[in-house]
Amino acid sequence: MSAFWLLLLVLGIALVSYVLGRGRALSSAGGDIRNLHSLPVYYGANAALFVLIPSLILLMLWMVAQPLVVGARVQASIPAEAVSEGSTIGLVMSDVRRVADGLDLAVAQGVIEPSYATTSDTNLTEVRERLGDVGVALGSDISVTVLTAAQLLRETNASWYFWRTVLVVALALAGLGYAYSMTQKDFRARNTVERVILYLLIGAASIAILTTVGILFSLIFNTVEFFRIYPASEFFFSLTWSPSFGGGSELGILPLLWGTFYISLIALLVAVPIGLLSAIYLSEYASPAVRSIAKPLLEVLAGIPTIVYGLFALLTVGPFLVSFFGQNGHFGVNWMAGGTAVMTAGLVMGIMLIPFVSSLSDDIINAVPQAMRDGSLGLGATKSETIKQVVLPAALPGIVGAILLAASRAIGETMIVVLGAGAAARLSMNPFDAMTTVTAKIVSQLTGDSDFASPEALVAFALGMTLFVITLGLNVFALYIVRKYREQYE
Amino acid sequence: MLDDQQLVDRKVQSKEAKIAARGVNVHYGVTHAIKDVDVDIDHKTVTAFIGPSGCGKSTFLRCINRMNDTIDVARVTGDILIDNENIYDKKVDPVQLRAKVGMVFQKPNPFPKSIYDNIAYGPRIHGLAKSKADLDEIVEKSLRRGAIWDEVKDRLNAPGTGLSGGQQQRLCIARAVATEPEVLLMDEPCSALDPIATAQVEELIDELRQNYSVVIVTHSMQQAARVSQKTAFFHLGTLVEFGETGQIFTNPQDERTESYITGRIG
Repeated sequence: MSAFWLLLLVLGIALVSYVLGRGRALSSAGGDIRNLHSLPVYYGANAALFVLIPSLILLMLWMVAQPLVVGARVQASIPAEAVSEGSTIGLVMSDVRRVADGLDLAVAQGVIEPSYATTSDTNLTEVRERLGDVGVALGSDISVTVLTAAQLLRETNASWYFWRTVLVVALALAGLGYAYSMTQKDFRARNTVERVILYLLIGAASIAILTTVGILFSLIFNTVEFFRIYPASEFFFSLTWSPSFGGGSELGILPLLWGTFYISLIALLVAVPIGLLSAIYLSEYASPAVRSIAKPLLEVLAGIPTIVYGLFALLTVGPFLVSFFGQNGHFGVNWMAGGTAVMTAGLVMGIMLIPFVSSLSDDIINAVPQAMRDGSLGLGATKSETIKQVVLPAALPGIVGAILLAASRAIGETMIVVLGAGAAARLSMNPFDAMTTVTAKIVSQLTGDSDFASPEALVAFALGMTLFVITLGLNVFALYIVRKYREQYE
Repeated sequence: MLDDQQLVDRKVQSKEAKIAARGVNVHYGVTHAIKDVDVDIDHKTVTAFIGPSGCGKSTFLRCINRMNDTIDVARVTGDILIDNENIYDKKVDPVQLRAKVGMVFQKPNPFPKSIYDNIAYGPRIHGLAKSKADLDEIVEKSLRRGAIWDEVKDRLNAPGTGLSGGQQQRLCIARAVATEPEVLLMDEPCSALDPIATAQVEELIDELRQNYSVVIVTHSMQQAARVSQKTAFFHLGTLVEFGETGQIFTNPQDERTESYITGRIG
């Protein structure tokens, strides 16, 4: 029985259990709900949960364990000499799986008899032909050993599937029986159900955390692999970034970090003043009517996909800046060689970040109690003195937090950089030079046909890891600042 | 409830009117919160505003230093004269006015700054101190008048928000005093305080009477009787009765005043 039908069967048993549990609780109370400890639905839910939880856990574990155990057993049955020179047992096993899958498919489509698929003296050429008919192409190097192993795999799997069905259904029924036997009017079904809900909530919360840990580990393994074939000191301190897939690359992170830092700095120089001033206007001066229109409009900026910002940088801002700072430009300075530059990407990224800063700061400024403003105004301070000396200092920790969050957004931004800043890794002070960032280089190192064992590809993970550590540090710092000063005016 | 003898004996020291309100009306949007209020508030006197919740006494208090200007929907008509100058005149700057008419709020609201900076806030804004030593002196004098100097003199750099509720309220009074106002408005200054802190603040109000005219809004009739020389009773936005505190509490002229004081309406 397939996992899907088994799941449906268990759900069916759970439904039956719900009805039985509810009915038994009611009858034990003589049909009067007031005599029950909990509402009838809780008894039903409790009975259903006793069916579902153990059997589904068993099913889940089984689905994880079966391929491992059965695979290991079949692998053990393959004699060592069957693995040819230059091949590995892993490659042979993947052949075995493919043949087994092909046989399954062929049987399912009725091309071959189930008994035919299991007989061991099957003609190899004929098998290949028949499997070819159902769309499973086998190489010419399929040996009798592989076929036998595939047949063993199918047999073992079939018997495991059978036992899986039996055990899961048995456990479900046992759950039903147990829940039914303990259901009576004084049983605290509500408490049990609520505890299960609590575990459910904990589970949901842990998924996010576990995913973060998972991402971290996937980065760590590849990063360690990279540092095994490329010296860490070169990676962190070399001033050159010139990957070449032919070998002899120099993979120094410094030019990329500098580009990231420079572009983020310009972006923040644009976003922080504009965002903060607009937040002050919106929260302190704007009338409710203006605010109700202006705030959503500003937040629309946050909803624009970054690739659109990238196009804006490439097609509008870049040429516009060149017309001022480029050759024969209005300023006649010839600082800017092309439209892609740190300045282009920084300006556009700054525009993108304005709503982050303004929206968060606006909320934070609004959270400063009116009593603070009244106190200051009551002492004869003007509105702007009040904002400068009371409201902003009170809101400062939150504003710093907002700025740091915007900074980690800027550091992680990719599309605007790819389109607006160019692809040249360069250490330069001139903001009109093309440069590139860590994220943009991760993309270029992993796209295209690259060998995943080469340092040129693996460096992407080391770059990602570095970026992860930097942004994580920034976020932790932001949270720390916000927490530390939060209760100041409470 | 009250010692009649004490109330009758109380002398009102001054007869000069500091604040004169004529035909004051306040609208919050469509709500008519204050209806045609006329009142004269004397110099160097404590005047108490009493009345049930929502009767408009706080609203009227906020008219005296134009704090209602900060509420968008509030509209004030009529005249309020301080030293014979109409504060709702176009040429009066509300900011300057508020420096002259200080205010203490219901909930203590120290700024998230040090105790010193809390007190120095007003003097700095208005340029009252010529030097650092000058400012130090103003801070000390204000804290002394707020009856909190002894408790905080060793920790002037500690945050004002770290004080207890009663200390915070006295800090706020000291802060209001530091700008040298001529009138001090207090909007239920003791409602968030325990009896001991209340007693301290009441004692302070009595001392402040030497220099200022104090207007206090209170829900506690005992407090009004203890600290004030004049009492005004508000009901549903109108000023029902205004007179000597002793007379209001012992011999009210209006039926509604009597009902409120004896606890039948409220």
